[in-house]
Amino acid sequence: MAECCGGGNRLVYACSGGADVGEIADRVARKLVKTGFARPSCLAGVGGHVPGFVASATGDVVNIVIDGCSVACALKTLEQVGADMTHFVLTDMGLKKGRTPVEDAVIDRIAETIRIKSSGRVEESPASTHDGCACGGC
Amino acid sequence: MKKIQILGTGCPKCRKLTELAEKAADELGIAYELIKVTELDEIMRFGVMMTPGLAVDGEVKAAGRIPDVEEIKKMIA
Ligand code: SF4
Repeated sequence: MAECCGGGNRLVYACSGGADVGEIADRVARKLVKTGFARPSCLAGVGGHVPGFVASATGDVVNIVIDGCSVACALKTLEQVGADMTHFVLTDMGLKKGRTPVEDAVIDRIAETIRIKSSGRVEESPASTHDGCACGGC
Repeated sequence: MKKIQILGTGCPKCRKLTELAEKAADELGIAYELIKVTELDEIMRFGVMMTPGLAVDGEVKAAGRIPDVEEIKKMIA
């Protein structure tokens, strides 16, 4: 039985595109979830206008949105439902599309940068990855 | 009869939303059934990634926030 309440009100989304930077965006998002910094959500759920995902994205949450490149597919998906977000573009953070190895060192560095830049937008109570009722803290 | 579902594991926010949803439904004078969905797996099946959530007749109307009574009335009317 899940315990209440696990933590923060951050939700993370990645473009998860086919390019190396899309894959890194995905891996970084998963890393932020695994380390308890954010809770997972699903960009496809928002894009598919699944009511629960749309409602979650437009609740009292901090949406952390990670795009691989400046085409910004994830941002555009969330904009369609009017969600506010903190947006990161990996090619603006020094990665080269088509020329960046998908490796732990890169993922860790980007995840740490996003963690630092996104901190302070909410009270620091790390999101639980397993338990927690997903209420964003109570 | 309207089916009003409160999605949350029972934290104070969920209880607050329950209270407001009941008030909204009572003020509308409609027949309703209020169901608390407390299992996280079931909540996630609604696509709700941040609780509390409110669903009416199975459709999620709000998540990760507590709408006020007037807004809830529009959601369930
Ligand atoms: S933002 Fe760039 S990397 Fe991500 S899906 Fe769109 S085109 Fe691909």
